[in-house]
Amino acid sequence: MSLMSWGMYPKIKNTVFKFDKEATLKQIIDTHDELIPYGNGRSYGDSALSSNIINIRPKDYFIDFDEESGLLHVQAGVLLSEILESYVPRGWFLKVTPGTKLITIGGAIASDIHGKNHHVEGCFSECVQEFNIMLADGEVVTCSKEATPALFKATCGGMGLTGIILDAKIYLKKINSQYIDQTTIKTKNLKETFDAFEEYSDKPYSVAWIDCLAKGNKIGKCLLMVGDFRDDGKLDYKKKNQLSIPFNFPSFALNNWSVRAFNWLYYGKVKERVSKQRVDIDTFFYPLDAIGHWNRIYGKNGFTQYQFILPKETSYEGLEEILTAISKSGKGSFLAVLKLYGKANDNWLSFPIEGYSLALDFKIEKGLFELLDKLDEIVVKYEGRIYLTKDVRVSKETFEKGYPHIETFRQYRKENKMDSKFQSHQSKRVGI
Amino acid sequence: MSYVLIIGAKSDIAKATAREYAKYGYDLYLAARNSEELEEFAKDIITRTQRTVKLVELDILDYKSHQAFYDNLEEKPLGVISAIGYLGEQEKAQSDFSEAQQIIDTNYTGVVSLFNITADDFEKRRSGFIVGISSVAGDRGRKSNYIYGSAKAALAAYLSGLRNRLYDAQVHVLTVKPGFVATKMTEDMDLPEKLTAQPEKVAEDIYNAQQKGKNVLYTKWIWKWVMLIIRNIPEFQFKKMSI
Repeated sequence: MSLMSWGMYPKIKNTVFKFDKEATLKQIIDTHDELIPYGNGRSYGDSALSSNIINIRPKDYFIDFDEESGLLHVQAGVLLSEILESYVPRGWFLKVTPGTKLITIGGAIASDIHGKNHHVEGCFSECVQEFNIMLADGEVVTCSKEATPALFKATCGGMGLTGIILDAKIYLKKINSQYIDQTTIKTKNLKETFDAFEEYSDKPYSVAWIDCLAKGNKIGKCLLMVGDFRDDGKLDYKKKNQLSIPFNFPSFALNNWSVRAFNWLYYGKVKERVSKQRVDIDTFFYPLDAIGHWNRIYGKNGFTQYQFILPKETSYEGLEEILTAISKSGKGSFLAVLKLYGKANDNWLSFPIEGYSLALDFKIEKGLFELLDKLDEIVVKYEGRIYLTKDVRVSKETFEKGYPHIETFRQYRKENKMDSKFQSHQSKRVGI
Repeated sequence: MSYVLIIGAKSDIAKATAREYAKYGYDLYLAARNSEELEEFAKDIITRTQRTVKLVELDILDYKSHQAFYDNLEEKPLGVISAIGYLGEQEKAQSDFSEAQQIIDTNYTGVVSLFNITADDFEKRRSGFIVGISSVAGDRGRKSNYIYGSAKAALAAYLSGLRNRLYDAQVHVLTVKPGFVATKMTEDMDLPEKLTAQPEKVAEDIYNAQQKGKNVLYTKWIWKWVMLIIRNIPEFQFKKMSI
């Protein structure tokens, strides 16, 4: 059975390999090309799709934990959710986590993921002490920022294109509660939204939900949610029962009107300009994980997420233009997530730069890619870039313009013969 | 006393079950042949849960060793779970009796030998639980795997009798009948997704059923109904079928 990505588009026939021992993996690498590692299938687009897929999810052993420093050693297929289940009750949390806990450690490194605290803690690679990776020649290298800087910069954010990560040592952070004090700020337009982000920038966690169908002077209105961990000693974190979408919804279920209704309800629920809540880890960080297979609401044709970031200086103008274009197109997006990021790191393909990022979900339908091409032009105009982990369609030209280290990455892959072994549907499209 | 003894500990269902019990605070004896191969797995559970995990050597076909095996466990377990299973090759077993015997002895004789010993101890102590993993294949013999199926049927009958015997001693016996499970044993089969359980799901079901004192567990649950239908097909019809 072929594997798909979270967006269920495109559907590509593939052979899936598993390995138990390193020798088996070496043999797979020796005898195949067009290989790409695959974790838990949560990247949206075609970054983990290829004709030959190496499934690392079964490599899910915890290896060691140092109580003093919070250094956790796990195999690459371990899910963030498994770490939380074991370690939140003991007072530890991930330094950096994305909006889903259902991703593997290997995937977190390969996408150099970031979260609601990017402006404080940076990307996932910041908490990675070292990892073991099998390269194109079958050699296993222990990689760290200090010992092998080039390999580190290529692999963190390198979309699995440098080799197969086997295991990693990551630092956890101490917490004294599984609850977060959340403040919700309701804004009326983009100007207010930007002001609110600045006003609350001292809060370690922040993210905004934007109504993309708002028009005219309401463009950019949002609910900004900021928060920090409480200090009440309550660490009784348990796995919750999960609802699940049992089958693909018909494609017409999500349309302009149903999204409009959802947005209206979501936004209208909050009455005051500023309100305070106490929420748990799952509600604050992983609201969508509460619904299994939520990707099925977009129907069998699948969906994609368009996520871009603009430099801070051009963010206001750029976002205004993009939001206007989306609003005009009438193409609904349930989830539009806006966030102010901190400084970029040195990794060659890591997505974050200092500025505002917007992420929007769209179901795959006629006219969508034309709209996204149009948005690409605006992103390029304002010197922004596209996030590979979400992407399924960006052109080589658009992609290249956003990433100044792209030639260094290409050169590095070539020199180490990685380009002839590790390829994804995406890497071929954008030429990396 | 806090240990659960899992025999056949190398199987995927056993490993998932071990993680599940450790998660809920139990310490573990993991018994298997060449048990040192489970060292990394034991470390996994320890790192996840801070429980104690001890590896013990057990050859299920070496019946004579079973009493000593059990006597050597420093602290006697709260309960025992058998995840021993050998599918074997049906066609080979039809013509080569040694294969048939291996299927029967692994799935049935060996488990009986070991359960007899633990049952005596639990009965004396008037506490404990016994979980045996049988199979839906034991519910009705089919040409594709009836030697395996008959051994699992025998195990199910044994567990039913054991449950009856130990009722007065308040020792609980759970019979588990998994349908398709995505494991190493079934890796090369093309299994229907809706009927196939992940080992983690089976482990969760086993834990819940054991804690609640259920007698017979089908997992996934749908197999209870699938097998109800299959058991009720009249024999004159069933013998002509190929399922």
